[in-house]
Amino acid sequence: MIEGAIWRRWAFFYVPLTSFIVLLLFPFYWMVITTVRPDGELYRPWNSVNYNPFWTWHPTLDHIRDLLTQTLFTTWMLNTMIIALSATVISLFCGLLAGYALSRLKFPFAGSLGTVIFITYLVPQTLLFIPLADIIRNFRLGDSPWALILTYPTFLIPFCTWLMMGYFKSIPKELEECARIDGATRWKAMLFIIFPIAVPGILSAGIFAFTLSWNEFLYALVFLSSPEQKTVPVGVTSELIRGDVFYWGQLMAGALLGSIPVAFVYSFFVEHYVASVTGSVKG
Amino acid sequence: MTFTTVAAPRAYVGSPRRGPLTRLLEDERWLAMLLLLPTVALLGLFIAYPFVKGVMLSVTDARVGVPGHFVGLQNFVNVWNDGIFRVAVWNTCAYTFVATVFKLALGLWLAVLLNRHFRGKAITRAFILLPFIIPTVLSTLAWKWMFDPTFSVINWGLFRLGVIHGRINWLGDPNLALISVIIVNIWRGLPFYAITLLAGLQTISPELHEAAAIDGARAWQRFRHVTWPLLLPVTLVVTLFSVIQTFADFQLVYVLTGGGPANATQLFATYAYQIGIGTGLLSQGATISLAVFPVLLLVVIFQLFYIRKAEVH
Amino acid sequence: MAEVVLQNVNKNFDEVYAVKNVNLSIRDKEFMVLVGPSGCGKTTTLRMVAGLETISSGRILIDDKVINDLSPMDRDIAMVFQNYALYPHMSVYENMAFGLKMRKFDRADIAQRVRDAAEILGIQELLKRKPRQLSGGQRQRVALGRAIVRHPQVFLFDEPLSNLDAKLRVQMRVELKKLHDRLGTTAIYVTHDQVEAMTLGDRVVVMRDGLVQQVGEPLELYNEPANRFVAGFLGSPAMNFATVTVRETDGGLWAEDNGIRIKVPGQTAGRLSRHAGLQVTMGIRPEDLHVASEADPVELGFDAAVEVVEKLGSEILLDVAVGHNTMVASVEPGVRVAVHEKLRLALNPERLHFFDAESEAVI
Repeated sequence: MIEGAIWRRWAFFYVPLTSFIVLLLFPFYWMVITTVRPDGELYRPWNSVNYNPFWTWHPTLDHIRDLLTQTLFTTWMLNTMIIALSATVISLFCGLLAGYALSRLKFPFAGSLGTVIFITYLVPQTLLFIPLADIIRNFRLGDSPWALILTYPTFLIPFCTWLMMGYFKSIPKELEECARIDGATRWKAMLFIIFPIAVPGILSAGIFAFTLSWNEFLYALVFLSSPEQKTVPVGVTSELIRGDVFYWGQLMAGALLGSIPVAFVYSFFVEHYVASVTGSVKG
Repeated sequence: MTFTTVAAPRAYVGSPRRGPLTRLLEDERWLAMLLLLPTVALLGLFIAYPFVKGVMLSVTDARVGVPGHFVGLQNFVNVWNDGIFRVAVWNTCAYTFVATVFKLALGLWLAVLLNRHFRGKAITRAFILLPFIIPTVLSTLAWKWMFDPTFSVINWGLFRLGVIHGRINWLGDPNLALISVIIVNIWRGLPFYAITLLAGLQTISPELHEAAAIDGARAWQRFRHVTWPLLLPVTLVVTLFSVIQTFADFQLVYVLTGGGPANATQLFATYAYQIGIGTGLLSQGATISLAVFPVLLLVVIFQLFYIRKAEVH
Repeated sequence: MAEVVLQNVNKNFDEVYAVKNVNLSIRDKEFMVLVGPSGCGKTTTLRMVAGLETISSGRILIDDKVINDLSPMDRDIAMVFQNYALYPHMSVYENMAFGLKMRKFDRADIAQRVRDAAEILGIQELLKRKPRQLSGGQRQRVALGRAIVRHPQVFLFDEPLSNLDAKLRVQMRVELKKLHDRLGTTAIYVTHDQVEAMTLGDRVVVMRDGLVQQVGEPLELYNEPANRFVAGFLGSPAMNFATVTVRETDGGLWAEDNGIRIKVPGQTAGRLSRHAGLQVTMGIRPEDLHVASEADPVELGFDAAVEVVEKLGSEILLDVAVGHNTMVASVEPGVRVAVHEKLRLALNPERLHFFDAESEAVI
């Protein structure tokens, strides 16, 4: 509580908060401005006079148009979408089943297995990418979306499992017991009673998994080589630089458009997203 | 009317015949095994197996297309004697430490600010998370453009404000590069800390603050004696998780500097990539990757220890 | 025909023995109540009959068929839970139809049965609603309806009325009794409330620490408790207890303590003679004490100092001090007594109970 003088409120609240917001969001504003700014305006040295970098009076869609027509951007978008959706579906499937088993069934080593899955959540991709590259090559999965569709679940499943476990634990076990007395087998009770009730959790996990897949870079960089196979993050960073020249207009357009699907999904499910972020920490 | 249908006596219905599959699935242990099979298979194949392979690679001299022979700990010795590796050690540690401290401090501050009621709170909270949501590589590209030596908007701003007269080469100056990279990491990670710490703050009942205020504690004291201790559990979990991610960071540095200039921003991950994938020395690369492992182990042990303690409570 | 028999049933969770050697025989159409304090093993026993807990040793039979290894869905039973356990994502109709759907009944059949059950319980209007839109009492009825539609052989109740407020509880108790009369299905009912046990049960089982204390009809348990625990558990206000010494003098047996000197009546004296010179526990219910008049014999009463007077309207409860014991007497509303007054209480000799000091069994 900041009681007292208005200046205190301004000094200790409005100013800091606004500063944070501006600093956190400025790069995105910069992305947008650069995308619609014509080349002539873009390349003005930082110390030239009469130069207002924060606005343009001649917005243009040239960069976006060039991006979509002259590069493989649309292909990358399609690739990334397919990979993200597939990986999300696989991870949700595994995570749902595993989460249920770990939270509602009693069996030996349940605790240890849960711990192991939790540990795999912490293993960073940078530890595994070199041997994984070799394995992918051996399985002949290199340079195909399958390399990613199968490896992304490695960091998505632990999270989904963890989140679903938390969700399942909040559903009273009497519901299942009642279903089983009513005549349902264990797995029917799981399918018809528990899963429908957990739909909000499934939504949260799915959204988070989708954004995590979209964000992944290292595996995509290492496992994919031909331009047609690349995902948006890899494509934008590697293919839009021709001969050491950075085409910033297109680069920022690519960055902007590449961020839109994720931002779109996020905007509809903010509450779910925040729930999963905080849920992942509360464990 | 309905008495007869409900009260009609009938012989006890024995159990219907159940097929062997149904009976198997009724058993908790078999059902659990079946449900866990896909997960265990995927994780085993693409985490456990590569991990073991990585360790094995590090004790051979394999290269791309050339299977290796066992060389014991030679790779580790080579890597340790490698000057660049030593620089990477220093860089990674500094990078992680500085970034984490700032992310925690700033994240906490922001969380405290957000913990009030004001108009547009929900929208603000939603927007605050954007740096964390938007794909790292893409937002990092924006920063790279912002840091561009010739066209940097930051330089423009500082010049206009009279703070600088010559240009600042954020990413090209070996003395500045690491700091620039740390700044971007802080920018990216700060919202994650803020949101999770905010959730932690919201579980602290305001009555505790009120009681402390009545007892005579001022804002800073209230924070130190009421807020901080109660927030510690969440803080710990968030920090531990963030540390391992930052320590193994790749995307940020790769896009901004590629490890340069002159290895000023070389981290474990980027160096491993350079050596393992760039030059094809798989075994060396794997060895460098393993440098992340001790920290991972420490974090895991810490977390497990902490969870065990929490469960006891 | 649905007889439920428990033979030497035991249940342990690692080192904790929750149910010890329970032998029970529940007849067809009987309403059997399991009552006792929390932790006494009643719920565990019920869950073993349901198949929700495994049986550590012993057998459970329904109609002479051993059901130990049958999963819950194959036992042809229905259960009503304390928290109703209604499926939140389904409507009332779907909740009630679920069990029948699982057993592959056809649509018309299901519709008929659900409608019948809804009519019996008076919830026809609620069929399309979701559980969160219902009050506590309505939810309880839906839970009952869900159990009824299946026409099971045995009903199991796990403290179904505990979550209702007092007034609703009384109402539902009456409805449950009427329902049982109508349906005639064998039922096992678990509760910690002795009023429910007394009013609902055809027979009552009192349990404590996993052991069966006594089985019998409610009044049988009330009037002839087998041990001190049962005597003190049933009845409100509870039975008064005093530790007394048995003395053989003046041509008879006397129960003596500080402030108490009661002559033990004929038949009881015969059983008590073995305890001459020893200490036993004497018990007398509050309603069997009354303010002494000249007609009451001296040897069947004692002096008491009134400490608290509780006027309930239908009766007056007197908390009195008798020597170093405190007792409660329940007297008619017309009696005029003041606090700190000293009066004499007389007891009904047929209603004296004596319990062994160590084993607590009735003498």
